[in-house]
Amino acid sequence: MTDAVYKGGDAPRASVRRDIGIKKRYAAEQRFRMYGIIAIAIGIFFLAALLWSVISNGYTAFWQTSINLDVTFAENIIDPDNERASDPNTLLTANYPKLATDALAAKLGVDPENRRLVREVGGLISNGVRTQLRDMVIADPSIIGTTQNVWVLASGDVDSALKGQVNLEVEESRRKVSDQQLEWMRVMEADGVLEQRFNTGLFTRGASSRPETAGMGVAIVGSLYMMLIVLLLALPIGVAASIYLEEFAPQNKLTDLIEVNINNLAAVPSIVFGLLGLAVFINFMHLPRSASLVGGLVLTLMTLPTIIIATRAALRAVPPSIRSAALGLGASRTQTVFHHVLPLAAPGILTGTIIGLAQALGETAPLLLIGMVAFVADYPTTPLDPATALPVQIYMWANEAERAFVERTSGAIIVLLLFLAVMNITAIILRRRVERRW
Amino acid sequence: MAWGLLLTIIVFIGVVGYVLGSARAKKQIASSAEKPHSRAHYHGWWVFLLAVLPAVFFMAAWSAGSYAYVDRAISERMPEQTADSAIASRSLALGMVRNLAAGMRRLETDPAIAEVPESFEELRPVLAERGVALASDTQDYMIPIAAELNAMQDNAAWIGTVIAILLSLGGAVLGLRSVRPRGRARNNVERIITLGLLAASTIAILTTVGIVFSMLFETIHFFRSVSLSNFFFGTVWDPRFAAAGAEAQEGQFGLIPLLAGTIYIAFVAMLFAVPVGLMAAIYMAEYASKRVRSVVKPLLEVLAGIPTIVYGFFALVTVGPFLRDMSAAIAGGPGFIQAQSVLTAGLVMGIMLIPFVSSLSDDIITAVPRAMRDGSLGLGATRSETIKRVILPAALPGIVGALLLTASRAIGETMIVVLAAGVAANLTLNPFEAMTTITVKIVNQLTGDLEFTSPQTLVAFALGMTLFVLTLGMNVFALYIVRKYREQYE
Repeated sequence: MTDAVYKGGDAPRASVRRDIGIKKRYAAEQRFRMYGIIAIAIGIFFLAALLWSVISNGYTAFWQTSINLDVTFAENIIDPDNERASDPNTLLTANYPKLATDALAAKLGVDPENRRLVREVGGLISNGVRTQLRDMVIADPSIIGTTQNVWVLASGDVDSALKGQVNLEVEESRRKVSDQQLEWMRVMEADGVLEQRFNTGLFTRGASSRPETAGMGVAIVGSLYMMLIVLLLALPIGVAASIYLEEFAPQNKLTDLIEVNINNLAAVPSIVFGLLGLAVFINFMHLPRSASLVGGLVLTLMTLPTIIIATRAALRAVPPSIRSAALGLGASRTQTVFHHVLPLAAPGILTGTIIGLAQALGETAPLLLIGMVAFVADYPTTPLDPATALPVQIYMWANEAERAFVERTSGAIIVLLLFLAVMNITAIILRRRVERRW
Repeated sequence: MAWGLLLTIIVFIGVVGYVLGSARAKKQIASSAEKPHSRAHYHGWWVFLLAVLPAVFFMAAWSAGSYAYVDRAISERMPEQTADSAIASRSLALGMVRNLAAGMRRLETDPAIAEVPESFEELRPVLAERGVALASDTQDYMIPIAAELNAMQDNAAWIGTVIAILLSLGGAVLGLRSVRPRGRARNNVERIITLGLLAASTIAILTTVGIVFSMLFETIHFFRSVSLSNFFFGTVWDPRFAAAGAEAQEGQFGLIPLLAGTIYIAFVAMLFAVPVGLMAAIYMAEYASKRVRSVVKPLLEVLAGIPTIVYGFFALVTVGPFLRDMSAAIAGGPGFIQAQSVLTAGLVMGIMLIPFVSSLSDDIITAVPRAMRDGSLGLGATRSETIKRVILPAALPGIVGALLLTASRAIGETMIVVLAAGVAANLTLNPFEAMTTITVKIVNQLTGDLEFTSPQTLVAFALGMTLFVLTLGMNVFALYIVRKYREQYE
């Protein structure tokens, strides 16, 4: 049969289009698009959730409850036996908290003989008052016998209660702030004696087991030391290595080996660098544990690949015509690179370095292994002294059980994120403004 | 003499050499009819390098060598270690001597001390007054040895200093004498610079070698006291920080529960991050307008810039409690999800990985040639069909490479799991329970007081080695795939 014969029946009309499932396909197209939007929404939602969680928990950390007191530096309490001229320890070990408690009890009209009430009054004041008043007296012993107006820190429990972080509905025996203390807080707040003031201690103090006196000053100094070491070591070494690989390296096995190594080091887990630091710098070279020098060295090794990769990209972006022109005018290769290529690549190198530094600033794991999880209350004066770093301080506070530490931790995270934001924004501005497009 | 001062002197000699050298070259160039080869300051630099480099290298070698020499000499003077020695081990005793020597050094410059006391009883309070703490079981016989140690070190330092300065002066003189107009000073200087650049780039190799050797060394140490099968095939992790004297208790160092936890958590993280990241990348590469892209891409990249400790804290105080409370609300009783669980850690790690997946895949999808897209669209395929049938298959090897890189990051991630996964080494399939990972255990074993001889500490290096080999294998494989794929379109 060669002729196809139309046997009748319903003839397909030209005006009706053959169904090729176009509707279904368009629906599928819409769905697919939707998935993409949902995926992006999920990503942004979690970013928002993370930032919201940190900020809502942490913004209160920048204010700390303080109490205004007229403290009488009574001689019979500080130096009852009048020995301070002969025994220098008298002023160091005097019962300073009692001064503050007495002052507050007088202000609240509490009978100084009622021991139970006086103890509750004392509970309102942070133990940090001891060092605060002691430092005042040691700085100026002539204030003994006078009355001074000072702001002292309230205890961490009072601070949490005032910020509404403690559930006050629960039974009195099951919370740390008693009804009597709450009553006093209300009275003092109405009188303007109790007040939330900007928390400078958060930025200046060192480690402490009490939330109200814990600060990240030591950690910030430690982090700054480490950033300085990373900058001083990683930038020159990274730039030198990149120049060699981009401008001088012959195509040989050694060059290949170096390239493979750099690419792999960029992907090695950071904790492995911590093990390296522990084994080489501390165990083999006997550098001190917990020192910012060791931390800086470890972070340098970790940051080098990032800086090298960014620098190489910046060098590659300088057009070959610049090199040809310099070489054509009789410059040597070294002169070409150092007088012409490097200055033109400098903004790109700087951008990469800032990003590498930001990465190093947020790194925690390797620092834990070289012993930077230490309780350091004093400022390090040299990079060889024990110190902590900002992210490590966050880790240590995150492990504390008290509610007030959650607030501190989030506050520290806000500070860390601000540092990182400033660095990254600087890098972006540099890239937009200074970097030349060829 | 302190090394810092010596270095300053050497650099000073170098600077003087630079000034004299360039002045001499300038004079010669001005007076001679010959065409000079190098400009005057290159001659100066060459003198500087000759004066500084050999001396500095000598200094480094001398200080390392003399340290080793003095160490050995002192070690020979120590009494033989016997069973009833007061100090448990020889290295401990050596450490005490070193500590003592460092303390006695402070007394040398002290005008108040005419003679160093000979017994430890007398010496201790004197040193304590100057802020030097000594081990309480330091022995009397150590004091003369410590004094001798100091004397030997002084001698070595003194000889080294003289030789270094002579070397530096000699180099400067040699350099100055070699200045002549046709001298190839620039080539010499540039050769040194190139060598310096090469040295800088070999640091990458040195780091890798350092990682491998340091871990290999300690790992071998570890396997001297724990059998291979205990580590690789053991299913129980119980290292037992044994108290002194309780040697009968040997810990269990089973890798399997840790490895299982690591892989499980990484798997959950990838399960979350891959669809989200990949779809986000596809949308941004193929659908999003330039304006949307310029807003969304940086926003997602912010996720990559947030330190992992912040994610860990987020998991600890927000995600974990939220999941626990939610499961409690569903179950109507105690929740079936623990606050620290595989799910919590995996979910939060997944959030962290989204930007890695999306930006790596974005690059790969954009690298697929325009012609393939246009061909498919021209044949009447919709955009999603083009993506599914043409672009993704073309980009697949690259995407697989990207996912491998992401997975290796998930395996090596530490801070999130330290805070969110728990420390109990369970072997379970229930994602709602806590498991632990290799990285958590490395941190656990190495924080706090530690001695470098116990298997409890050394196991961290064996774990680190495992982690390193694991991630290295994945990275090498991933880079291989990515590189092979790139060659197709170039």
